[in-house]
Amino acid sequence: MLDIRIEPMPFHAGPELDRFTAATAGAGAVVSFTGIVRDVAAGLTAMEIEHYPGMTERAVTAMAETARDRWGLSGVLVIHRYGILDAGTPIMMVATAAQHRAAAFESAEFLMDYLKSRAPFWKKELTREGAKWVAATDEDEAALGRW
Amino acid sequence: MIEVRYFAWVRERIGLSHERVETQARTVADLVDELKARDDDHARAFADLRALRVAIDQDLSEFDASLDGVREVAFFPPMTGG
Repeated sequence: MLDIRIEPMPFHAGPELDRFTAATAGAGAVVSFTGIVRDVAAGLTAMEIEHYPGMTERAVTAMAETARDRWGLSGVLVIHRYGILDAGTPIMMVATAAQHRAAAFESAEFLMDYLKSRAPFWKKELTREGAKWVAATDEDEAALGRW
Repeated sequence: MIEVRYFAWVRERIGLSHERVETQARTVADLVDELKARDDDHARAFADLRALRVAIDQDLSEFDASLDGVREVAFFPPMTGG
């Protein structure tokens, strides 16, 4: 079961996780990660996320299929927002369901690493001092090396 | 004709989100050379290719890739999802 959603609306991680867990009944392990818009030193007023419609869905689906096949997952959930996001609200969520916890944890980390550097999203911080594109880091790129 | 798309600061620097380009360029790098010659904004956006990534027909690719049969090319900075 792959559930991939690229959408602007805020979501509630709790009910999403409940629904995912119910839909993957029989799995022994469910791991989830939720990314939240955090404050920055300059005082964040909002985060703006741009994406590449079409390519985003394609790239994220391909990552989810790779994770499912490599770790034998019974389910993958990816929700990723775009548009103007308020501080403290969720940006994205990943959940994986597997027979055992190692596969669920590892595949969730794999998906996080790939979403960060290979899904066509670009973050811009809107602060009291102005707007600034978030730069990709060498650490983010290096993290892909372990997979 | 190739649809060229720009995202994030590349879009802002060029002042366009997309443009249709009549080109005989054989590779992405050749297309970049043609685009750089358009005006100062294009030249500035493409000044350092190491700071850019390219997708061909919505798949990540490389600057030496062929444009044979390609419909859409996109230029953007390294991605910052998650």
